[in-house]
Amino acid sequence: MRKKTIGERIRLLGRAGIDTVGSLGSSTVFLFRALFGTGNVGNGFGHLLTKQLFSVGVMSLVIIVVSGLFIGMVLALQGFNILSSYGSEQAVGQMVALTLLRELGPVVTALLFAGRAGSALTAEIGNMKSTEQLSSLEMIGVDPLKYIIAPRLWAGFISLPLLTMIFCVVGIWGGAMVAVDWLGVYQGSFWANMQNSVSFEKDVLNGLIKSVVFAFVVTWIAVFQGYDCEPTSEGISRATTKTVVYASLAVLGLDFILTALMFGDF
Amino acid sequence: MQNRTLEIGVGLFLLAGLLALLLLALRVSGLTVGAGQDTYKLYANFDNLAGLTVRAKVTMAGVGIGKVTAIDLDRDTFTGRVTMELEKRVDNLPVDSTASILTAGLLGEKYIGISVGGDEALLKDGGTIHDTQSSLVLEDLIGKFLINSVNKESK
Repeated sequence: MRKKTIGERIRLLGRAGIDTVGSLGSSTVFLFRALFGTGNVGNGFGHLLTKQLFSVGVMSLVIIVVSGLFIGMVLALQGFNILSSYGSEQAVGQMVALTLLRELGPVVTALLFAGRAGSALTAEIGNMKSTEQLSSLEMIGVDPLKYIIAPRLWAGFISLPLLTMIFCVVGIWGGAMVAVDWLGVYQGSFWANMQNSVSFEKDVLNGLIKSVVFAFVVTWIAVFQGYDCEPTSEGISRATTKTVVYASLAVLGLDFILTALMFGDF
Repeated sequence: MQNRTLEIGVGLFLLAGLLALLLLALRVSGLTVGAGQDTYKLYANFDNLAGLTVRAKVTMAGVGIGKVTAIDLDRDTFTGRVTMELEKRVDNLPVDSTASILTAGLLGEKYIGISVGGDEALLKDGGTIHDTQSSLVLEDLIGKFLINSVNKESK
């Protein structure tokens, strides 16, 4: 490999910049066409959506429930250890609930979702592209954006917020199990403390808003990476990796911004 | 048949998600549906309500009977004006009842405790409790203690 001149380096940098802006633009156009464009869907959108909700949402339930349970249990255990040295073990319920609702619920669910469902979406669509199923659909007059992409996008948007709520409930239940049944925190003060400190508008709704934003971003990245990938086996594997990496980074970055907006005004 | 199980699975998933939201609203955040119908308002002015927050409990004999719904400054008297919503079933408070700001435990949250007076007349919706006792401010207490000890030394 020969050494690059300064001019070539600058040119490469410019090319990278143009490519980034270009793919951002094409992904936005892609999103709008999939969501709002009109096209022939074939047999009923509801049926397609149900199928995708099953593979994206229902199939992710197991990992969400299991990790939610363990995260709630660990939070209660750690919280109890620290709080008991200040003699305020009953605040463990408040700590578990607030941590899960405000931060861990939306973020961990989105990360797990990117790994479990996002990567599968990318690989599936990429494989369809490489085996020319997408272009065959176009040949027979079915818009692949409407038939393949749109139901997957909507399934992701719907599933992730619901999964987040389930994650939080299971986590709090796991926390209650450890704190109340195992460590012997008094049950009444565990729940009363939680109810006193958690507000519906500020905590539950803000967590829900976070998870809606994450659902949008993660699904968009996953589906676009699949649609945009190089139609080779190597390209598909690279696109799948990109999905998980980009989605995770986007979730963590956005989480900070959203937290600053929601809880920043102390 | 395959389709049917798919649909049922998705339906159960949606139900579980919505149920989870409902549980979070009712069990975890303590949201009560239709509250505010069977409550009435009382006001109380405090010289100092340091640490009292909206949503704080209002208790009587240790039993929760309502909550603080608003806190603002009374411009004329320079006192903190607290709006409380009490449950309708506790409608027999005498007008000379006392409201005091108490602390749960040493570092716990502040709440309002009401102790009954002996007057025949009862507080009505929108009434004001005049006999109040302010929040205990630790800094003031330490300040007084220090001044006392300095005075003793100078004698």
